[in-house]
Amino acid sequence: MKILIKNGRVIDPASGRDETADIAIAAGRIVSIGQVSPEFHASRKINATGLIVAPGLVDLAVRLREPGHEHEGMLESEMAAAVAGGVTSLVCLPDTDPVLDEPGLVEMLKFRARNLNQAHVYPLGALTRKLEGEVLTEMAELTEAGCVGFSQAEVPINDTLVMHRALQYAATFGYTTWLRPQDGFLGNGVAAKGALATRMGLSGVPAIAETIALNTIFELVRDTQARVHLCRLSSAAGIELVRRAKAEGLPITCDVSVNHLHLTDVDIGYFNAAMRLTPPLRQQRDRDAIRAGLADGTIDALVSDHTPVDEDMKALPFAEAEPGATGLELLLSLALQWGEESGLPIAQTLSKITSAPVRVLGESLGSLASSAGKLVQGGVADLCIFAPDERWAVQPGALKSQGKHTPFAGYELPGKVKCTVVSGHVAHEAF
Amino acid sequence: MSTLHLDAEALYRDLVGGVRGLLQPDALLVGIWSGGAWLAERLQQDLKLGGEPGVISSALHRDDFDKRGMSAGSGQTRLPFEIEGRHVVLIDDVLYTGRTTRAVINELFDFGRPASVTLAVLVDRGGRELPIHPAYSAARMTLPAECRLSLARGDAGRFSFNIKEGE
Amino acid sequence: MLSRRNPQLNKNGELIHLLSIEGLPRAVLHQILDTAGTFLSVNEREVKKVPLLRGKSVFNLFFENSTRTRTTFEIAATRLSADVINLDIARSSTAKGESLLDTIANLSAMHADMFVVRHGESGAPYLIAQHCAPHVHVVNAGDGRHAHPTQGLLDMYTIKHYKQDFTNLTVAIVGDIVHSRVARSDIHALTTLGVPEVRAVGPKTLVPGDLTDMGVRVCHDMAEGIRGADVIIMLRLQNERMSGAMLPSAGEFFKNYGLTQEKLALAKPDAIVMHPGPINRGVEIDSSVADGRQSVILPQVTFGIAVRMAVMSTISGNNA
Repeated sequence: MKILIKNGRVIDPASGRDETADIAIAAGRIVSIGQVSPEFHASRKINATGLIVAPGLVDLAVRLREPGHEHEGMLESEMAAAVAGGVTSLVCLPDTDPVLDEPGLVEMLKFRARNLNQAHVYPLGALTRKLEGEVLTEMAELTEAGCVGFSQAEVPINDTLVMHRALQYAATFGYTTWLRPQDGFLGNGVAAKGALATRMGLSGVPAIAETIALNTIFELVRDTQARVHLCRLSSAAGIELVRRAKAEGLPITCDVSVNHLHLTDVDIGYFNAAMRLTPPLRQQRDRDAIRAGLADGTIDALVSDHTPVDEDMKALPFAEAEPGATGLELLLSLALQWGEESGLPIAQTLSKITSAPVRVLGESLGSLASSAGKLVQGGVADLCIFAPDERWAVQPGALKSQGKHTPFAGYELPGKVKCTVVSGHVAHEAF
Repeated sequence: MSTLHLDAEALYRDLVGGVRGLLQPDALLVGIWSGGAWLAERLQQDLKLGGEPGVISSALHRDDFDKRGMSAGSGQTRLPFEIEGRHVVLIDDVLYTGRTTRAVINELFDFGRPASVTLAVLVDRGGRELPIHPAYSAARMTLPAECRLSLARGDAGRFSFNIKEGE
Repeated sequence: MLSRRNPQLNKNGELIHLLSIEGLPRAVLHQILDTAGTFLSVNEREVKKVPLLRGKSVFNLFFENSTRTRTTFEIAATRLSADVINLDIARSSTAKGESLLDTIANLSAMHADMFVVRHGESGAPYLIAQHCAPHVHVVNAGDGRHAHPTQGLLDMYTIKHYKQDFTNLTVAIVGDIVHSRVARSDIHALTTLGVPEVRAVGPKTLVPGDLTDMGVRVCHDMAEGIRGADVIIMLRLQNERMSGAMLPSAGEFFKNYGLTQEKLALAKPDAIVMHPGPINRGVEIDSSVADGRQSVILPQVTFGIAVRMAVMSTISGNNA
């Protein structure tokens, strides 16, 4: 199918391009940006006047809930949510049921996803069998099946000997391990330790649960030279440790979720279970550090941390509610909101959800690495076309995801996705 | 502008005479909070009864609790004597629908079984919704429903009426 | 951030649920205390019943066992002429996997007018209040560590009864404050009513530094905490604290933080000693103090019934 996108403001953070130009797409690839040949006969013409044409978003943390958690999300609904949010590539977590610890399961997931012909799915494989923290998974086999890295999801490995060996093994082959820095013992609370949790009588997770885990991880990285991606930083102290570790030259990257970019523990209000998240929402100081860290590059990427939760599992007292929030359809808008509030140029904002996540994925993307998260001539045609100033109200019932719980319910946010193109075909449109 | 003129002190003097006529030996005066309680306090002295009158509140037996709820400052019942077998004279400032009297009688019976209960009021303004009848009223009149009438007590203990017409 | 109205108050600022003392205006607290005074005198009459809640069904939903608290609520509701139904949830439907909200929906279908709820998780009564029909009222009888507002109110009634004026008192709360919903409710009530000095006394594992955010002075030394106090509220120490590595033993706790005659002498000579009960003799309080002339632990129980009658009648009379 030949598509011509006319007159949009083309922003490609990777190359620095920011100009009004036409884009021609054919056979799943970008044929030209600007100076489109007059012989190019498009079967579909998209008028992008007044809209921004950006690379399709790359989301490093998505739970698709398949296999196993179908009451919370189906591949169909969650993939529809992804393209509705302008996300064309996503990394999904291995804490499914069964856990993604076997190549067959990964192949099945990729096959199902490919058939839906929507976003590209890059699974993370489990680091240990069943995430139990004892036996390593067959990382080479899983990589061959399509895994881009190895993760323990929310399950910490308390045994430092196992952690050390897992990182050593991964380092042998250059695999990246994706870890949530949270101490397995100190991390057992439901809210951030502090004045608010004390007042509300909720068990608290102190910031040292994150910093102790980070220090442990950094020592293991120094010792093994393994590449580690740190998932969902939450504290100012943690970000400072990452800053110093990067300055030291450790092979680490990190991300932060849209929830922690905007919210603090005060937003829990009257025990609102939509705010039940892991890691927990921390205080203003931590949010400010997260915002600054994302702006200055200490934090590499912004993720949605998309986690659909069943209605029944949220209609419970705060501590018993299942943590998680839907996020694919809000990633772009929440990024833009932060960018606006921080006074950043829009290209820099967009880089956090396009080119930067791709840099984190690095060589694991294989041949796609040269064009994912970017708009390059000859590269894969994954694009997100959106109206930057159009505001929309977050109505949980109208979301495509099966997960209707978001802390941002009722908020009015900037940035409406008008059209999402994946591999050269229109996967979503809302003109 | 109110066209109603009521001399509370003059009516009180009539009330003294009226209540004197109702009193049986060893009768007890119980004033309905708040206006009736003020009247009972002065009556107890002016009739040379010795001791103190009782004060009774309708708060716990009102029939409009579901609509009005617990109102702040609705007074507390204080009966410094036994009710059982006694003749009780209830005193109130304004008798209107009769519902306050009904509630107060229920409250009274929570304390024991009186030999009799009689009612004496300063003003009977008609508009009864229950079969309640005063044995004595110093003044009788019909007032429109929008008119609100209540007793006030000044600094020197002097009685006057608060009249509010219209809502 | 969207605005949030306190779910306990209706549009006119009247109390429709009692979930926590936090956020309630001083006037509302005083109104309840005054009303409690009326009911205290009712409880001294021969006929202890008034018809305020006649025809109403009060359901005691105790997800956590507590015969004492449940009994006082039952007595309070009965004296208001309500029909009382006790539900021992711990042993019934939720054990079979029925969700909290399904339980509420089923009970609402039985025409409940009021739920008195005790639950092991902080915030549970808020969830219930959010999901029940507009005419139904919720009283929090204790949720996790968060609040026990009727206990807070009866503690305030006790203090008012013996000390009259809140605005020149020093109150010390001693013991396992971090896990105590009674402590939190007491602190909110004391600060709202204008008590100038509220002290939280205990070891660092049980009395965290960020309590100062609630307006209290944190003391890890018992003598410093008790000195010159007008009111001492002792909290119950639970056995779980030893297994959670927060304390080595009950004996060591008593040595440092137990209230003995000797320690009591550091407080004002007319200081009153309070305890929400049940007391652990020899753990947080010496028997001679618990039974001594400064102890008001038993009157607290009497006041508790009147306060609960005041709470139930107040919220029942206000519409959503």
